[in-house]
Amino acid sequence: MEVLKIATAGSVDDGKSTLIGRLLYDTQSLTTDKLEAIEKSSKQKGYDYLDFSLATDGLVAEREQGITIDVAHIYFSTAKKSYIIADTPGHVEYTRNMVTGASTSQVSIILIDARKGVIEQTYRHFFINNLLRVKDVIVAVNKMDLVDYSEEVYNKIKADFQALNAKSAYKEQNVSYIPLSALTGDNVVESLGEMPWYDGQTILEHLEALEPKDIYDNGQARFPVQTVIRPKTEQYHDFRGYAGKLYGNNIKVGDAVTVLPSLTESKVTNIRFFEEQYEEATAGSSITIELENDINVTRGDMIVKSGELPKVEKDINTTVCWMDSKKLVPGAKYFVQHNTNRVLAKIDSVKNVIATDYSGTKEASQLAINEIGEVNIKLSKAIYFDAYNDNKSNGAFILIDAATNTTAGVGFIK
Amino acid sequence: MSSILKTNALESEAIYIFREVISQFDKPVLLFSGGKDSITLVRLAQKAFFPAKIPFPLLHVDTGHNFPETIEFRDRLVKELGLELIVRHVQDAIDEGKVVEESGKYSSRNSLQTTTLLDAIAEFKFDACIGGARRDEEKARAKERIFSVRDDFGQWDEKNQRPELFDLLNGKIENGQNVRVFPISNWTELDVWSYIEQEQIEIPSIYFSHKRKVFIRDGMIWSHSPFVYQDEDEVVEERIVRFRTVGDMSCTAAVDSYAATISEVVGEIRLSTISERGARIDDKRSEAAMEKRKQQGYF
Repeated sequence: MEVLKIATAGSVDDGKSTLIGRLLYDTQSLTTDKLEAIEKSSKQKGYDYLDFSLATDGLVAEREQGITIDVAHIYFSTAKKSYIIADTPGHVEYTRNMVTGASTSQVSIILIDARKGVIEQTYRHFFINNLLRVKDVIVAVNKMDLVDYSEEVYNKIKADFQALNAKSAYKEQNVSYIPLSALTGDNVVESLGEMPWYDGQTILEHLEALEPKDIYDNGQARFPVQTVIRPKTEQYHDFRGYAGKLYGNNIKVGDAVTVLPSLTESKVTNIRFFEEQYEEATAGSSITIELENDINVTRGDMIVKSGELPKVEKDINTTVCWMDSKKLVPGAKYFVQHNTNRVLAKIDSVKNVIATDYSGTKEASQLAINEIGEVNIKLSKAIYFDAYNDNKSNGAFILIDAATNTTAGVGFIK
Repeated sequence: MSSILKTNALESEAIYIFREVISQFDKPVLLFSGGKDSITLVRLAQKAFFPAKIPFPLLHVDTGHNFPETIEFRDRLVKELGLELIVRHVQDAIDEGKVVEESGKYSSRNSLQTTTLLDAIAEFKFDACIGGARRDEEKARAKERIFSVRDDFGQWDEKNQRPELFDLLNGKIENGQNVRVFPISNWTELDVWSYIEQEQIEIPSIYFSHKRKVFIRDGMIWSHSPFVYQDEDEVVEERIVRFRTVGDMSCTAAVDSYAATISEVVGEIRLSTISERGARIDDKRSEAAMEKRKQQGYF
């Protein structure tokens, strides 16, 4: 079954939880007992409609405060696809959660309240989708029932968003616009006919038509080695296989490859997946590769096709989204985890903070939690990388605090 | 030699996670309950390390209230694959006075497992415990990370979790901490069953329809067993049932079913309108039952 990962972000007022609840309800993904729990809870709270947000807000604190924090994962499926929604809150203090949700998603739904139009939060969501290069963005203009299903209101919002889109640096992004009402269900799964002026797809029709390509499918083959498999059994006495997940592109038996960082040349002699052997593997596969000659390969190494070598640098220019309450300051030491490789690093300089509303950059010397900025990092050892815009998997990294071990930030190499 | 490998995204993700575990931790263990999810984990671990053997042991926290079919199945699987199995008993913790057995109508040893699990982690110094929990099972689990850090007391701090971006998993921990790892986080119940069908994985017989002595309480089908408290007015009857989820006899309810093969089970789940944990008595205690148990170190 194909799997499509979707990121949603927004506040409770946008009706985002209602939209998700509606998607679950209309695809028959809400089971009777969950539905009963929603009915019971809605009744207790004195609502005269079903509060679908109760299907998505998980933790006790969230139920108490009626807000969504963190990232929640919601699952539903149709006959065609399995869907995973990474749902995050939309306020500025949750920027890091939105970045997290977008990092694993192929498509993003940006919700706009038709009564309010494009607001600051819309800018932020879109900015994050640009920065992380999420391929497809659906602009869902919600609560059309509260503006009399007005085409004029919808067109105004669409024009405002198109103006925003003009500022985006990611021109290849597919942006689509859908007017809907999550409360009534219009244009979520089916059209209810209230907006005859709109002849486009419903949200679900649009999702069903998208190709769930792996998000790392742009560019050249990259095979970061996770572990070396050496069974040391009689049958596999001399077996040496390199286990990892393949990104970027296919790899074939017979391909001439280079192992990094040693720059040793070799050839792929076998591609294994469990008990089977294959001629070729596609990006996204977790496989085991055998090479022609016995060479020294360890975790953290990367196998690439010869002639497709990535860049190599000890000083990297990056855009960082900071996620820790302890500020990012020059001179601080962190571990950079890039693919399966972890190297000690020092923050060389923080250049600026980038405003998430497209108003430009502001000079800065440090990054606080939820801020995004340009940061220069000095590595203790050179890494082989691609620009994030060319090859996502080989251009992203996390910063791990050497003292607390927490994941303190995420970076995108330029 | 077959030609091009077709990737199953969820399977590939799970295998990737297993390989990260073996690379980032010194002493991992797979928490094995004998249920379909942990059996699926064993198959995925086999795939991750083939042709080498699974490079870590299985740990079963035995409540003493298991279905006998599960234990029989467990022992056969371990033998066939040549795995190392560690069993620790909840009864021992009760005998030592570390935990007190619940009494009354809804008594269960389910929550007592936590103490035995934490003791086993300390005894063997396990730093990564791999489990078959899925995010679709329960709303508190929907926020669980793939690498989920637990402190010295096994506690889950759900408000202070590490962000997980792309495929980058951070397994750095301090001495005494450990990580719970969930390779099938993103699988749904249907995904697991479809995989069992596709891979022809053997599972315990109680997942298929069979005749069983049961009684009805609160609209649920309870097993008639010495381990399950029963009121005098709760009448035993014989029904054709099967189990959708397998925990203790005292906390797992059966469902009426004639599904006798995996494909019939898959067909039944596709049409089902009741969630899997709808038959888990332990979750019905309160809206936040699972979250509270998790904070205390429950798996």
